[in-house]
Amino acid sequence: MHMADALINPAVGGTMWIVSTGLIAWCAHKLKQTMNDRLVPMMGVLGAFIFAAMMINFSIPVTGSSGHLGGGLILTILLGPYAAFIVIASVLTVQAFFFADGGLLALGCNIFNLGFFPAFIAYPLVYRVIARDEHGTLRAWIAAIVAAVVGLQLGAFGVVLETKASGISELPFGTFVLLMQPIHLAIGIVEGLATAAVVTFVARARPEALFSARLDMQPRNSMQPVLIGLLIATVIVGGAASWFASTHPDGLEWSIAKVSGQEEVTGTEDNLHKGLGQLQEKTAFLPDYGFKSTATETAPAEKTAAEPEQWPAISAGTSVSGIVGGLITLGLAGLIGFALKARRAGV
Amino acid sequence: MGLGQWIEIGRLDELGRLDTPVHRLDARAKVITTLVFIVVVMSFPRYEVSALMPFFLYPIALIALGRIPAGCILRKILLAAPFALVIGMFNPLLDHQTAAKVGVWNISGGWLSFASIMLRFVLTVSAALTLIACTGIHRLGAGLERMCAPRVFVVQLLFLYRYLFVVADEGTRMMRSLELRSAGPRSLRLRVYGSLVGHLLLRSMDRADRVYRAMVARGFSGEIRVLRQTSLRWTDWAFTGGWTAFFVAARIWNLADGIGRLFTKGAS
Repeated sequence: MHMADALINPAVGGTMWIVSTGLIAWCAHKLKQTMNDRLVPMMGVLGAFIFAAMMINFSIPVTGSSGHLGGGLILTILLGPYAAFIVIASVLTVQAFFFADGGLLALGCNIFNLGFFPAFIAYPLVYRVIARDEHGTLRAWIAAIVAAVVGLQLGAFGVVLETKASGISELPFGTFVLLMQPIHLAIGIVEGLATAAVVTFVARARPEALFSARLDMQPRNSMQPVLIGLLIATVIVGGAASWFASTHPDGLEWSIAKVSGQEEVTGTEDNLHKGLGQLQEKTAFLPDYGFKSTATETAPAEKTAAEPEQWPAISAGTSVSGIVGGLITLGLAGLIGFALKARRAGV
Repeated sequence: MGLGQWIEIGRLDELGRLDTPVHRLDARAKVITTLVFIVVVMSFPRYEVSALMPFFLYPIALIALGRIPAGCILRKILLAAPFALVIGMFNPLLDHQTAAKVGVWNISGGWLSFASIMLRFVLTVSAALTLIACTGIHRLGAGLERMCAPRVFVVQLLFLYRYLFVVADEGTRMMRSLELRSAGPRSLRLRVYGSLVGHLLLRSMDRADRVYRAMVARGFSGEIRVLRQTSLRWTDWAFTGGWTAFFVAARIWNLADGIGRLFTKGAS
């Protein structure tokens, strides 16, 4: 459920950037107070582990869709909220830069949706309350599943709200929510099971590696048992996930595809209504614009930005000049690129 | 995770270590310029298409000056495109109002906003990719730290990145040995895949721990040192200032439309 830049407006993206960078700074401050040197490689390794886990898609039975592990809850249980939030932020940053998975402007949204909810809501308010520091018991399993579901539900709802607030996509709010939430309920249950399996194993192999036990932990010489525990956990996760792995689109894409398919009927009805209003508007101002007088149409930037619903005036003249100009500009940009390259090669 | 994706990260890393005028620019200048670029591109109203065209100049100029193979960037954009395609596709389905006319064809607002989403997608993704390709993660990390990003976060970013390569190296070796033992590439069965990925993680974790110990032995104290000039020079200021001025100008005036009107007027 990574959001892309192309669907976010700067106001929403900027706000979430401020929120997320503030959270990172706060977590960094908290970590500095308790930072032990060993946490550095542990955070790095777990980041890589989650990175790999995120890239394996598992399909949700019956629905034919698939999703990937967020990993936020596992990280929080292993590292505590502060370190986990920073690891999730770093994973999402690398994904945005190297895989174009989620954009730079949307990075704040993604860090908040996938990091804040599991680390600061699902773990302290749900997982710890239910699990009560038990590991491997039925209570801990239930805690993991409920916490994962809560974290993903909130994250999915965040996606819906941020997409809606940006107003670039035409998704109807109610339908989007109704399709996003059940899908992420299923993903949450699977993720909760995977999380519980990992935590149970770590708890059995090296209980002091878990955050709640770490506070009074003495530094040990070797991380080997924990690493092996994580390895076996990864095999379980990897095995289970790859068994489910499929080429289906992931939850977000699937639910949107579903929306677009279902909404066609209601959409046209809605458009008929809007279209009539538009027709009125069109007939009202069309005579004013023609092939010649197109200069006035380029409304001031701020005004058009403030009213995204406003239609650009419909005129064949503007469209043609827009297309011709667009193509010429594109060609110019390309030519400049070639020229710069040729100059570089010549030097 | 595909093996190809790891190789692609490696290519971006290699490109990041080139030495061209663009690479020599301070990371901070490029980060700020890229952010301004993305914000300006995303600030257009949703039906805007032609005014976005001048913005292609920025990634194209960086690609040309930074000697980055355009094919590499294009391939990555195409790989990431299905996401924006799927989300954008329902705009034409939901929005049928006529927004523009070209000759006898009526173009609905949905198609126009869809085209706009795809253009913005290509612009923003290519800007992010060229930023990393002509900066490299280490200089980017150093730049971020100088821009007051928390050190813990920067160190974590660089460590995560380093471990990704550790995993990639091990993975490449494992895949090669698997291919040698099974007479060419073939699709993995579940059990084979599970044990392969499991061993990969074990190996890479051991390796990561050794790397960390080695770094500590060589004096690593939580700070990543970069042998680069770190003060902002006039070229950095000129780069950021010049591009920002261009973005603002292209935001206020529809340059493409102006050029187009000039040409269509000349023709008629």
